[in-house]
Amino acid sequence: MNRPGDIEVERYELSEVAPYRFEVERREFMRIFGVMGAGVLVLASVPASAQESGRTGQQSASTDVSAWVHIDERGHVTGYTGKTEIGQNIRTSLAQAIADELRVPLDRVSLVMADTDLVPFDQGTFGSQSTPRMAPQLARAAAAAREMLLDRAATQWNVDRATLSVKDGQIVGQRQSAGLGEITKGQKLVGVVPVGVSGSPVAQWVSRGTAEKKVAGADFVTGRHRFTPDITRPGMLYGAILRPVGYTGTLASMDDSAARAIKGVTVVRDGTFAGVVAPTERLARRAAAAIKTDWRVPTDLPSSQTVYEHLKKTGTTSGGGRGGTPTIAGDVSAARAAAARTFDASYRIPYIAHVPLEPRSAVAEWSDGKLTVWTGTQRPFGVRTELAEAFRIPETQVRVIVPDTGSAYGGKHTGEFAVEAARLAKAAGKPVKLVWTRAEEFSFGYFRPAGVIDVKTAVDGNGRMTAWEFDNWNSGSSAIQTPYEVPNRRIQFHQSDSPLRQGSYRGLAATANHYVREMHMDAIARALNVDAVEFRLKHLKDERMRNVLTAAAQRIGWPKASAANRALGIACGTEKGSYIATAAELSRADKGFKIERLVVTFECGAIVNPDGLKNQIEGSVVQGLGGALFEAIEFAGGKLANGSMAQYRVPRFKDVPAIDVVLLDRRDLPSAGAGETPIVCVAPAIGSAARSFGTVATELPVKLV
Amino acid sequence: MGIYTLRINGKTHQIEGEPNDSLLSVLRYELDLIGSKFGCGEGACGACTVLVDNQATRSCVTRLAAVDGKSIMTIEGLGGNQLHPVQQAFLDAEAFQCGYCTPGMVMATVSLLRTNPTPSEADIARIMDRNVCRCGTYPRIVRAVKMAADRMRNTESAEVRR
Repeated sequence: MNRPGDIEVERYELSEVAPYRFEVERREFMRIFGVMGAGVLVLASVPASAQESGRTGQQSASTDVSAWVHIDERGHVTGYTGKTEIGQNIRTSLAQAIADELRVPLDRVSLVMADTDLVPFDQGTFGSQSTPRMAPQLARAAAAAREMLLDRAATQWNVDRATLSVKDGQIVGQRQSAGLGEITKGQKLVGVVPVGVSGSPVAQWVSRGTAEKKVAGADFVTGRHRFTPDITRPGMLYGAILRPVGYTGTLASMDDSAARAIKGVTVVRDGTFAGVVAPTERLARRAAAAIKTDWRVPTDLPSSQTVYEHLKKTGTTSGGGRGGTPTIAGDVSAARAAAARTFDASYRIPYIAHVPLEPRSAVAEWSDGKLTVWTGTQRPFGVRTELAEAFRIPETQVRVIVPDTGSAYGGKHTGEFAVEAARLAKAAGKPVKLVWTRAEEFSFGYFRPAGVIDVKTAVDGNGRMTAWEFDNWNSGSSAIQTPYEVPNRRIQFHQSDSPLRQGSYRGLAATANHYVREMHMDAIARALNVDAVEFRLKHLKDERMRNVLTAAAQRIGWPKASAANRALGIACGTEKGSYIATAAELSRADKGFKIERLVVTFECGAIVNPDGLKNQIEGSVVQGLGGALFEAIEFAGGKLANGSMAQYRVPRFKDVPAIDVVLLDRRDLPSAGAGETPIVCVAPAIGSAARSFGTVATELPVKLV
Repeated sequence: MGIYTLRINGKTHQIEGEPNDSLLSVLRYELDLIGSKFGCGEGACGACTVLVDNQATRSCVTRLAAVDGKSIMTIEGLGGNQLHPVQQAFLDAEAFQCGYCTPGMVMATVSLLRTNPTPSEADIARIMDRNVCRCGTYPRIVRAVKMAADRMRNTESAEVRR
C-alpha cells in the first residue's frame, strides 16, 4: 500500500541537492538571441549555499536560483524564469522588479516563464520562493544589464560615465541620449552578474511597492487566454484513460473489442496502463466506456474513520527518515513532574483536496523523436525528468511548456497526466490532448495529508509553560517548531503509511501544526482563566510575531465582542518567513455558529505589490475557510464517498464573511513569500472563538459537539 | 446523430451531434470557443456558464438537443471591439487570480444584471453562489459586480437624458 513513488509529503523539503550545475552553455543563450534578436543578455545565478534564508524553522531549498534578462535593440525587455504563473500573479510582480532596475515602464517588460527549452533550470514554483528568491535574481540581472549599457554608452560617446543616467528606458547624457537597446548596435552581448551586484534598495523602488494591475489581465476577462485544456495542435486527437472504480486498483484484464470497432479509435495498453485515443473528446469518452475492464483492488483498506489509528500505528518512531529525529531541549519529564498543572490533547486532521478549477491536463506532441508537452504543472523541469525517464529518452529531447495555469495550490507538482498524454500520442502518431475529469481529479490526484497530532504541556504556578511535547503523525513538519518560549521541549514528526495518495498543499502542514498549537494555547489560557492574547505574549519574544498579534487584537476590539451572543477567537503564527495573526468574531446560529467577520494582520517584510498581496491574503483565507468549516475527504473500501464537486464542498460566495486585511509594511526587511502563510491561522481563530459557545470537536473541520 | 441549429453569438451554426452531447463540448471542440471552461462536468462550478436565451446556463450539463433553435451567447460574444462594462469592472477590481473561473463569472454577472440592475451584496452572493472561484476572490468579484452595476446604470441614465 505504501507505494514509494506515490508519497509526496512536502516534496520540496525532500529535494536533494542537484549534484552539478554547469555554466550556461553558449548554444543555450545563442538560442535566446535567435528568438529575441540582438541586444544584451545577462545571466544571474546564485548557488543554494549563498542564499539568505530569511526563514525560521525551515530547511533552505537546495538548488541554485537562476534568471536571465534580455534587452532587444528596440529596448523591449524580456525576463526568463522557470517559475510558473498559477494565479499568484508573479508574471506581474517579477516584471515589476525588472522594470525598476532598468528604469522602464512596466509595459516594456515581458516574461518568458516555464518553457524548459527557453528558460534556465528551476526547481519549481512552491514554498513561496518566487518573491524572496527569484525576484532578486531578475533584479540583479536587470541591474547588471543597466550598468553594462551605461559602460558602453560612456565609451561610445567618450564621456564620463558619472554624467550618464537611465530614465524611462533611455540612457541620458549631457549632450545626447539613446534607447537602452540602441547602445548594443546590433551586437549580441552576454554578461554574467558579478558577485556582489544586487538590486536597488527598497528606497529606490518605483514600480515595486505599487498596486500594478495584472499583466495581460484583459486576456482573462475576455476568455482569450489559452490554458492547457484550451491548447490545440494541427491533427490533434483526444485521449481518455481507463480507471478503476475507486481510487486504487491494478488492471487485470480488459475486453476492448467494442471500442476497437468504433471508427478512428485507437486502444493503447502498455503494462498496467490502458487508454484510448479518438478524433473527438466525446468519442474518446464513449470508447473508454465501451471497454470492459477487471481490476485487482486491495482489500482491508482503512476508511476515513479508521485512518487515524492506522497513521499512528504505522508512524516512524525515531531516526527513521525525514522528520523522524525529535527536537529535544531541556528535560520534559522533569518539567512535567514539577508542574503545577498539565494539559494534554489529541487532534485529528482529515485529508483535503486542492480542487484546482483547471483540471490536470496535457497536450503531447512527438516530432522526430522529440517530445513537446504543454501542461499545467508547478515543476516544469521535474515533469521533463518524469517524461524523459518514462520514455527512456534524454531530457534534451523533451520540452515542457507551462501556459499560465488555472491554479494549483500545491496540487500540480507531478506530471502523470503529461506522461499519459505522451504515451497516447506516441501510440497514435499524432498530438493528443488529455484533460482529466473531475472524478479523476479527486481519485487520482493527491491530497493534503491526514494526520494525528498529540500535544502535552506543563505549566508552573506562575502560569508559565515549562514543557511542550508535540507529536505529529503524517501531516508533516512545516511549522512544527513552536514560536513560544518554553524551556523544555520535545517535538517530533512521524512519517506514516498513508492509504491515500498525499502531497504538497498551500501552506503544507503549517496549517495542521498551527491549528493544534493555537487551539492548545487557547485551551490552556481558558483553563488558567487568563487572557488568550496576554498568555501568548507572555511566551513570545519575536517582535514581528508580537506586532501582528497585538495589531489583530486591537483591530477586532479584543477582548470584547461587538455584541451580545458573539465571541472572539485569535491565533498567530509564522511560516515561510512571514507573520500572520487572524482574529474571528462569531455569532450563534441554529446548531452551530456563523462567522461575522475576520481580521487578518500580515507582515512579510517589504511589500512588492500591495493589491496583489491583499488578493493573495484574501484568497488564502477563503481557501482556509474550506478546511476550517467543511472540507474533508470521506472514503471507505477503496472508494471516495465525496469525490465530486457536488459532494465535496468548497467555499462559495455565501461562505465568505467580511475580511479585514491589515498589511504591516516593513520596508527595512527583505520581502518574504506571502501566498501560503495567511491560510494557517484561519481554523484556530474560528475554533477558539467557537469554544465560547460549547465544546469544539478535536477533529477538523471545526464543529461544536 | 442529428443536425441541430444553434445561434451562437449572433451567427447560425448547423451542428451534427448526438442529442446528449454537451453544449460545452460543442462550443469548445467543434467551434474552438474556448472561453467557456471545463471545470467539473457536473454543473457545480459554473466555469462553463453561457447565456441561453439570456439565461445563465451551465453548458457542461446542457444537452445539445435542448438548445436546438436557441440563442446562445458565450464570453466571445460579449463586448465587441471594447470590453463589456462587466469585463472592465473585473479588470479594475482585479477580481481574479488564476482567471480560470473568470469567463463564467463574467457571464453569470451579465445575466444577473439583466434581471436585477441594482443587486445588493446579499443578492450577488445568492445568485452567484453557483459559481466557484477556488482562488477565493469572492470579495473582489462582489465589488466588481457592484461596480459594473453602477456604471451600467449611469450609462443608461445618461443615454436616457440624451
